[in-house]
Amino acid sequence: MSDITAAPAPRGIPARLLIRGAVIAAIALLALLPVLNTLPAGSALRVSDFTVAVTGKWICYGVLALAIDLAWGYAGILSLGHGAFFALGGYAMGMHLMRLIGPRGVYGHPVLPDFMVFLGYKELPWYWLGFDHFPYAILMAMLVPGALAFLLGWLSFRSRITGVYFSIITQAMTYALMLAFFRNDMGFGGNNGFTDFKELLGVPLNTQGARAGLFYAALILLAGSLILCRHITSTKLGRVLVAVRDAESRVRFLGYSVTSFKLSVFTLSAVLAGLAGALYVPLVGIINPGEFAPGNSIEAVIWVAVGGRGTLVGAILGAFSVNALKTWLTSFAPDLWLFVLGSLFVAVTLFLPRGLAGLFRGRTK
Amino acid sequence: MLRILLLLAFLAGALPAAAQDAFIEALPGLAGAFGTQAEAVERLGAGGDPRALPVLRALSDGQLRKRDTLIILPNGTDAATGQPADAAGAETVRINNRVRAALRGALGRLQLVSANPDERLAAADSVFRSRSAENIAPLEAAIARESVPRVRERQELALAASRLVAPDAAVKRQGIATLGGASSEDARALLLEARATNPDLAAEVDAAVAAIDGRLAFKRAAETLFQGLSLGSVLLLAALGLAITFGVMGVINMAHGEFVMLGAYTTFMVQEALRGIPWLLPWSLPLSVPAAFLVAGLAGAVLERGLIRHLYGRPLETLLMTFGVGMILQQAVRLAFGAQNREVLSPAWMQGTLSLPGGILITQNRLWVIVFSLLVLALAFAAIRLTRFGLEMRAVVQNRRTAATMGIRTGRVDALTFAFGSGIAGMAGVALSQIDNVSPNLGTGYIIDSFMVVVFGGVGSLVGTLVGAMGLGVLNKIIEPWAGAVLAKVAVLVLIMLFIQRRPRGLFALKGRAADA
Repeated sequence: MSDITAAPAPRGIPARLLIRGAVIAAIALLALLPVLNTLPAGSALRVSDFTVAVTGKWICYGVLALAIDLAWGYAGILSLGHGAFFALGGYAMGMHLMRLIGPRGVYGHPVLPDFMVFLGYKELPWYWLGFDHFPYAILMAMLVPGALAFLLGWLSFRSRITGVYFSIITQAMTYALMLAFFRNDMGFGGNNGFTDFKELLGVPLNTQGARAGLFYAALILLAGSLILCRHITSTKLGRVLVAVRDAESRVRFLGYSVTSFKLSVFTLSAVLAGLAGALYVPLVGIINPGEFAPGNSIEAVIWVAVGGRGTLVGAILGAFSVNALKTWLTSFAPDLWLFVLGSLFVAVTLFLPRGLAGLFRGRTK
Repeated sequence: MLRILLLLAFLAGALPAAAQDAFIEALPGLAGAFGTQAEAVERLGAGGDPRALPVLRALSDGQLRKRDTLIILPNGTDAATGQPADAAGAETVRINNRVRAALRGALGRLQLVSANPDERLAAADSVFRSRSAENIAPLEAAIARESVPRVRERQELALAASRLVAPDAAVKRQGIATLGGASSEDARALLLEARATNPDLAAEVDAAVAAIDGRLAFKRAAETLFQGLSLGSVLLLAALGLAITFGVMGVINMAHGEFVMLGAYTTFMVQEALRGIPWLLPWSLPLSVPAAFLVAGLAGAVLERGLIRHLYGRPLETLLMTFGVGMILQQAVRLAFGAQNREVLSPAWMQGTLSLPGGILITQNRLWVIVFSLLVLALAFAAIRLTRFGLEMRAVVQNRRTAATMGIRTGRVDALTFAFGSGIAGMAGVALSQIDNVSPNLGTGYIIDSFMVVVFGGVGSLVGTLVGAMGLGVLNKIIEPWAGAVLAKVAVLVLIMLFIQRRPRGLFALKGRAADA
């Protein structure tokens, strides 16, 4: 597990520089997509609306994978509930988008969203107040997942609940939240969730411009998260985290407060996941309690495992490649997808513990 | 038909002449105006003559016909004589609501003396609801003759209800005292009604209501306890196998729920295989138990030898890998059997409800699941404590190397232990096929709850699993009436998380070195 500092590549070019160059090139290529989308319909280089939307979705997944990797790959905290943080961020943004619909809903109520009129609400519940302001919604998309992660982490790490026990608790958390959000009387739209969004920041959502804007926002979030995580993992904080992962008791006996290290990285990870969810919802146009399903969280963990945990670029690579495989496979052999996904779990854990990134690194050595 | 007529004639002959006369005298009244009709119905009901019953039933069903004062039954005979009557020019007897009300009471009173106990029971209930002081005498007579205890019980309640509306205060008090001994919501409502109309009897009524409330509370508590134990037994079944694979071996198997699902499908397959042998079909469920144990156990042994053993010491990887295996198993079953639910029949001896004293109702199949879960627990306990395999298993858990030097083949013990835990999951599937839908995702609903039970009860302790499962089951059912099923589940999860704060190793923590392993 000492592969945190990359091995030197042949012919004297540091591997770190190679990777950095590749990442910048990849981000630049991605940034081209919305531009290619504006080309005329007959052009050979034209990219479809679908491709832009799907790639935008994958970028959000990439941020989620990064968040999981930060906690799992570096600090050894395997969360099976990161989908919950992602969904909570999504719900915060969804509430904002619902408020922006205003009187354009089916029932035409000036304030209440359609589902509330349908369920007989007389006024907006108190926890919906403030969501008509965009900055407040973004703040909540970070604050709510962060606070939940802080509370859960504080309760768990303090009493030294680690390893699989913590994983199961996080899974139970997302399961409980899913059950709760399925209820109509929670005030979050029950099993239909939120959809039929109209606009964001004054721009109608179903336009090319809005799609491009959201795409760039997601790309900036991904790049920003990557830089932030890079910074965290390459400083002393990152080394302590890796030490906690590999020998928690020793770090504790050396006088470090393991609890606060784990707590801060877990909370930060949840905030990143929340932000990813907040951008995901306007991109796909819907959020419902299905996002809390334990299966979603564990699928996100396998992206990281496939890409290579403990390497930031690997996590993003994993999110992209597994989702590309999923999009491609579910379109022509939907029955096969679950077999393939299940086999990925088995194959990666048994034969490729360091993921795709490990494969790459093994060859350059 | 002739036989019935003969019987009627015989009964008529056995009756006192006065009653006969009353029947014959009252009959023509049915052909009169509504007021006369109602009076006639009352008289027929009060007379207690068995011949009146078919007449009044026909009247109530709109099947009675008349020609002048001749009353004709639906079978075309003269109601008075029992002889075939000339039905030409006869018209249907019409009734109004007043007559209908009189009919209800009269029919109830007549049915009180019916030969069929079920009919007498229904009559007692209808008299209980109609509540009239006039019912007192017929009820007293009926009770004196009654030999079936359950009918007598209801008749006494009906009598008490009728006494409640009697003019005499002493009779009323008698009624209140009897109703106070009942344990039904109906009796309680009747008493509260009587309290409003009889302020002078308020003290007695209040005492009787308090007595009923006490018994109702007990009944509710007993039913909640049973439901809780029932849920707990399901949790126990699902968690027992996990207590062995996770608790004893430390292997986290996310495909555990899928082994439960395999057990349920094995039950379905055994049932389908036995369709050709009718005499064996009722026993398909007991036969499924060993079959499910073998199927799931074999799957577990293959999983352990083929995959899991390569990942010992890496619990997080084991978790992910077994999750993938579960996914593959689920999809394979979905493709093989289809995504819709499969029906597993309950044998006759498992159906129906059991009624305990105090009005507590218990569904038989739930009771069987509780019994079955305790049997499986005993089996697991015996296997671990009393057999050579159990001894070797405990030795390997305590110290793998020492066990190996003593000549125990640790790899074989690992495989057997895992197969044993998986086999128990399969047996859980047999039980779950009786109370849940047999579908490919049967197991996913139980896996999180099972882990909670094992963590709550204490990893590595079968007693802890028992107490944990029953405790969580009962707790869930206690919270449910206030919060609803979903919030109760959420509340229990939150409570477990808080509980682990106080006792991170669960209720029954292992002590000593084994705890740190």
